[in-house]
Amino acid sequence: MIQLTHEPLDTADLLNRAQTPEAGAVVLFLGVARRFTDGRETLELGYDAYEAMAAKELARLEEEARRRWTLAECLVVHRLGAVPLGEASVAVVAASAHRRAAFAAAEWLIDALKERVPIWKQEHWADGTTDWVHPTSDERSTP
Amino acid sequence: MKIVVKLFAGARELAGQSEIELELPAGATIGQLRDVLLETRPQLQPLLSHALFAVDAEYAKDHTPVPADADIACIPPVSGG
Repeated sequence: MIQLTHEPLDTADLLNRAQTPEAGAVVLFLGVARRFTDGRETLELGYDAYEAMAAKELARLEEEARRRWTLAECLVVHRLGAVPLGEASVAVVAASAHRRAAFAAAEWLIDALKERVPIWKQEHWADGTTDWVHPTSDERSTP
Repeated sequence: MKIVVKLFAGARELAGQSEIELELPAGATIGQLRDVLLETRPQLQPLLSHALFAVDAEYAKDHTPVPADADIACIPPVSGG
């Protein structure tokens, strides 16, 4: 299941869906709006997306994850619009019979999302300026 | 042919528009669209060489021909997650 939403992420609901007797392992990754980046202080993040294409690409990522690993459940939800500090902008849940697949799939999904999905982050800095984040290949931030 | 290019994020901010209308010769490629876009909106220069393009919500290569009625979008480097 993949979803784009303008609402706060309901992580309890996502875990509830993924936690079944079929899955001995459930992994949840949250990308959270962080206060400091390269010495600058963030007030808030904003996210824009080419929604039709982002949904297609996310669905493709889920398909590919399910091909690479045997997953009992695979959920990716990305929040759009304003995301306050400390709140999640993205959730990835992978559930599998044993933990190796769940850990590997969740890591692969967030890494692939960050490379391919047409979603963009805007930093709203504490000094009042804003920047759209468009990293070139030598500028990729710490994974 | 008249082509409308959707802009997002930093590209939309630089151009001051969310869509740009361009005139392209029939059979033009994405690479040629990129050049025409740069001529029409030179303020996009910082992002355009690093941007990909999408045709009907699928990533396209520079040699991809631009279909007459397709949805075209400029995809500057992404930063989701």
